[in-house]
Amino acid sequence: MTTTQIPSTDNPEPKNSRSFMQQLTTGTDWKSAALIPALAVLTALIIGVVIIMLTGSSFGDAMSAYWALLQGSVGSLKAISETLTAATPLILAGLSVAIAFRAGLFNIGTEGQLLMGGMFAVWAGFTFTGLPFYVHIPLALLAGVVGGAIWGFIPGFLKAKTGAHEVITTIMLNYIALRLVDFLLKTEIFQREGRNDPVSKTVEASAQLPLLLGWINPGLRVHLGLIVALAAAAFIHWLLFRTTTGFEFRAVGANPKAARYAGMSITKTYVLVMVIGGALAGLAGAGQVLGVLDRATPGFSSGIGFDAIAVALLGRSNPWGVVAAAVLFGGLSAGGQQMQVSANVGIDLISVIQALIIIFVAAPALISAIYRLKAPAASTQISKGWGS
Amino acid sequence: MSTPPIDRQPIESYEVTGKRTKELTRRQIKKARITGIVMFALAAIVMFLLAPAAAGTSTFGLSFADETIQLPPLSVPSQGSLWVLAMVLGFLGATQFFRGFQSRTTVILGIAFAVFVFSIMVWATAGQEFSLISMLVSTIARATPIALGALSGILCERSGVVNIGIEGMLLGGAFTGVVMGSLLGGWVGLLAATLTGGVLALLLAVLAVNFRVDQIIIGVVINILVLGLTSFLTAQLLVKNPDLNNAPIFQALKIPVLGDIPIIGPMFFDQTIIVYGMFILIASVTFMLFRTRWGLRTRSVGENPKAADSLGIKVAKVRYLAVVYGGMVGGFAGAWFTLGTVGRFDEGMTGGRGFIGLAAMIVGGWNPIGAFFAALIFGFSDSMQQKFAVIETPIPGEFLAMAPYLVTIIIVAGLVGRARPPAADGQPYEKE
Repeated sequence: MTTTQIPSTDNPEPKNSRSFMQQLTTGTDWKSAALIPALAVLTALIIGVVIIMLTGSSFGDAMSAYWALLQGSVGSLKAISETLTAATPLILAGLSVAIAFRAGLFNIGTEGQLLMGGMFAVWAGFTFTGLPFYVHIPLALLAGVVGGAIWGFIPGFLKAKTGAHEVITTIMLNYIALRLVDFLLKTEIFQREGRNDPVSKTVEASAQLPLLLGWINPGLRVHLGLIVALAAAAFIHWLLFRTTTGFEFRAVGANPKAARYAGMSITKTYVLVMVIGGALAGLAGAGQVLGVLDRATPGFSSGIGFDAIAVALLGRSNPWGVVAAAVLFGGLSAGGQQMQVSANVGIDLISVIQALIIIFVAAPALISAIYRLKAPAASTQISKGWGS
Repeated sequence: MSTPPIDRQPIESYEVTGKRTKELTRRQIKKARITGIVMFALAAIVMFLLAPAAAGTSTFGLSFADETIQLPPLSVPSQGSLWVLAMVLGFLGATQFFRGFQSRTTVILGIAFAVFVFSIMVWATAGQEFSLISMLVSTIARATPIALGALSGILCERSGVVNIGIEGMLLGGAFTGVVMGSLLGGWVGLLAATLTGGVLALLLAVLAVNFRVDQIIIGVVINILVLGLTSFLTAQLLVKNPDLNNAPIFQALKIPVLGDIPIIGPMFFDQTIIVYGMFILIASVTFMLFRTRWGLRTRSVGENPKAADSLGIKVAKVRYLAVVYGGMVGGFAGAWFTLGTVGRFDEGMTGGRGFIGLAAMIVGGWNPIGAFFAALIFGFSDSMQQKFAVIETPIPGEFLAMAPYLVTIIIVAGLVGRARPPAADGQPYEKE
């Protein structure tokens, strides 16, 4: 295994015969990497206008809603800070989905892994007192990593040992994590003293992630988690493209049978990928409770794990693509808040737009047909059926 | 990487009983030991955790008050029955551990879990009265959307298209069902729900068959899209116009004579039109898939599209039809959530039932009748959760709410390795 050559990210095959999976597994040219996603976003926003107008608003209302969306995402330093704050967990959770894609697994369980990571981190955050911040913060983040990794291990192990499809097991584990959080928040260990509602104790100041721009204005919420997320993206990029382990992940993802004949362990890869994916999601949860919320409440994940699927697809499972997609979705999310408040258009529109973006990214032929581009005959194939 | 494949491991002789010797691999022995230990653990839980805490008698009601034929309630002494049940589990565990049930292991394990579940019921209702009949009736009702969801998946997957979007089809059906139901009455709502599922399935068919997009991605997108769209429309429209979110509910229709049979009557012959629809659909789809030309064509396209194509079957057309039928069944199932129960729509109210339906499809081996029985297991755990929340049990409600999801994981993990999906499931077909 040590002699395995790591192939470069250049793709030797002709452009128009590449499948989407191959694009996920290898590099991408600028057209499919930037033009198609950009047009996908544009088209989704246009359809969004139609949906707003269908609910009885005028074209002008829709435009003012989008103006609020723009203002709320990049209109001011505060807005940019909000965008980056929202992007932080999306980067980590998106990486979690992306690394699983690379190995041919569909990790829909990011939401649950994020919840478990957040619970572990919040526990470490309020339990240990009197620690200096340079010990307490890494400790709490590590707790988050462990929590997420445990929740990621379960579907990976089940997939490898019994063949249980990860799509079903991870979704079920999401629901179980949600209920488990509800339960834990009412136990003596977690529940804040003197409260009847499910709310955890507050994280000690020594474990709260410092604000990056707090010296300008304490209201700017962007926190250290952003640096952690970017470092994680760099690490995953290195892991995937510069190590033997990463090569094995990609080989198993591209063709598990061939990888097995080459002497790679499918079992090990599935378990390891899900553990790493869970750890990343757990880190995202830890960042939320330590950097933004300072406590855990029921369902504090607020759908980040599902947005992460869109982020990973839009970013084509490339770590830096994920970062870019997460910033875009962070902007949509931060701007969506503004849109809801000042234009009175529900924030759920954002998830509709996100779903449309994934459709157009996953079916580039649709975009090519709409805009009369030279058609890249890309088809998409991640799933390997139920049995394998 | 270090261990050789299972089939190359040495096979050792294993003395099963004094009379016969059976060749068992080391792996089989290990598996028998593990399942034996699991049964022992269940026995120990019943013996040492449940039995000491159970006092008095557990009473199970078997009839509703308004039934013509009344059955006396079943009363058992709680602690004594738990001891007996623990002994049964212990006996099964010991037999499994020392000699193994071999081919019957799965059945025995199923029986052991059933005994264990019954033990929990006896324990939870110790000193109380519990209406077993209402739990059985709600088992059928709660199994309905799951069985229909599974049926939706079967129709799609038998033609070779994976449908992860059942959840979205349920949710979409529930939404349009309630809106149209509020405006024009329940029957129109039911029709609108069915059509909504069909439209969503058409999206799946176009992207999967024509554009050959990964079918799991489309399914996930359908789920996100429908969740977002229905939540958005609920906030924008239904909150401002509560009249649109107040549909008439289908009442239970009692079938004369059959509905008067104790236990079976209320379970099967005193239900809503949607439940009857489920039974009719299960029967008719089974007939259509396995007894008609259309079914043969659909299955052949799902198994080997190339061979089917060479025989002149239009693969794309067959897949379109099967997927749209499947979507319509999913939309019909969605109506259960609103028109069949509460008459109003709440965001994300399907709560993963579509995915549980998918699991039921796998457990049922892509067969409508098998899927119905699998759906009954999920419906049972779902209804047990509901009923236990009412009587006072020491189990926290959150854990009861986890039950259907846990059962799904256990069953999928336990069975999927042996389940055989249609051979071309999930693979786009490109005509050469």
